[in-house]
Amino acid sequence: MKPLLEVEDLRVSFATPTGRLDAVRGVSFSLGRERLGIVGESGSGKSLTGRAIMRLLPPAARMEARKLSFDGIDLLSASARQLRGIRGARISLVLQDPKYSLNPVMTVGEQTAEAARIHGGVSAREARRKALEMLEAVRIRDPERVIRLYPHEVSGGMGQRIMIAMMLVPEPDLLIADEPTSALDVTVQMQVLAILDDLVAKRGMGLIFISHDLDLVGSFCDRVLVMYAGRVMEERAARDLAAATHPYTQGLLRSLPRITDNRTALPTLSRDPAWLDA
Amino acid sequence: MITTQDLVVSFGQGLDAVHAVRGISFAVAEGESFGLVGESGSGKSTVLRALAGLNRNWTGEASINGLDVATRDARLPRLVQMVFQDPYASLHPRHTVDRTLSEPLEIHGIGDVAARVEKALANVGLGSNFRFRYPNQLSGGQRQRVAIARALMLEPKVLLLDEPTSALDVSVQAEILNLLRGLRMAQRLTIILVSHNLAVVAHMCDRLAVMNRGMIVEEMDIATLRREDPTQAYTRQLLLASKGYDREGAARLVTYD
Repeated sequence: MKPLLEVEDLRVSFATPTGRLDAVRGVSFSLGRERLGIVGESGSGKSLTGRAIMRLLPPAARMEARKLSFDGIDLLSASARQLRGIRGARISLVLQDPKYSLNPVMTVGEQTAEAARIHGGVSAREARRKALEMLEAVRIRDPERVIRLYPHEVSGGMGQRIMIAMMLVPEPDLLIADEPTSALDVTVQMQVLAILDDLVAKRGMGLIFISHDLDLVGSFCDRVLVMYAGRVMEERAARDLAAATHPYTQGLLRSLPRITDNRTALPTLSRDPAWLDA
Repeated sequence: MITTQDLVVSFGQGLDAVHAVRGISFAVAEGESFGLVGESGSGKSTVLRALAGLNRNWTGEASINGLDVATRDARLPRLVQMVFQDPYASLHPRHTVDRTLSEPLEIHGIGDVAARVEKALANVGLGSNFRFRYPNQLSGGQRQRVAIARALMLEPKVLLLDEPTSALDVSVQAEILNLLRGLRMAQRLTIILVSHNLAVVAHMCDRLAVMNRGMIVEEMDIATLRREDPTQAYTRQLLLASKGYDREGAARLVTYD
């Protein structure tokens, strides 16, 4: 089967007053109908990689790639009109912080249904029905009440689930989720992941799960890319993450405190400049 | 060293009142490191803010080293200091590190400022070349080191830590946790650490209390946590959820009110 998404030698750079900053430096991967995790620390380029696939980079960014194709469509040469047809409808992006990503002057119901109306071309009544259905799917109790609320009237965890519901309403083929559960309590996080898990298993959606949480990605995803300084350091099956061979991945895993261990000092990470050229 | 009895903290009045902390009691011995664990809205940070004197709207009893926290006893700030979660928000963006660290000394009329600032920087692993920098010239981990140094300027006996590493990368978290452990030993600090992360609490504390909806669900020592042997169903679920994703586990989750 042809992969859903192919990325080859993706590069993103910014012009700064002190010279060019290379934020993503030659990232390549392909994605099928699976859960791909991208982990890394802040500044590793993981979020920019996600946004570059959507062609949603800040104007100051320069992006190039040998190949960027989604379901046979060349995203590099696609027109703005073509991209508008893909964004939201076929590739969706869930961002970390609902406080900044939800529209503060629209009710939850209006903005969730809007996704269905614009991308699904359905009637207002049908859009409302879909919005309610999806809010229920993300475990929102009493969705009939919640659709009348404004974003400031819901908790952070609920806002995050609303955003996920909104992105799932158009039934995208690919969901890029950038730290979708970092703001959530662990139990809510588990429930939200179960929803995403079911969508991948039942509907064959592709999922790119961007996170800084190695344990979470290891337990949730099928495959993991470990990024550092704009490059992929290591790619592994998620269940073998503990057996990682790259010193950066090993260092990260060792620096995590564990409930069961009684080390007095945590090993800190020493970064090898050679990783930058590897 | 620290005791609370029937501590109740509410926000708002009348029908709109939210009871964030609903009658909790605990004691922390001198030199002990005590963890407060819970999910968002459990009231764990609210307890800390009440103890730090940042919120005075509470009832019940709370005392630190025999001093009643409800009074504005001038000795309290010398005794108790706090470190906050977000080092990007807790440092004044237009004050240099030097000014941030000197301020507590000036307020309390302590001399020998320059030498104390230099020593405080060295204690948190920052060189004296950091002294005249602004927060925007520091990384997240360096900022948190400055925030810890500021909390220790008055040589307090008690340090209140509110999610001190949850805004940091894991490799930086390890550095800050190591630093805090070292300082605790060197300065014989009594610590209350608030965190949602059971592993961080297991690493840093001797004992912990699990909170849910403003009440303490259970207290246990760290050995019990390490054995993964809590008595309450709420704690067992929290422990399970912290161990990573598990489809069957997710289906069995229940909400505790």
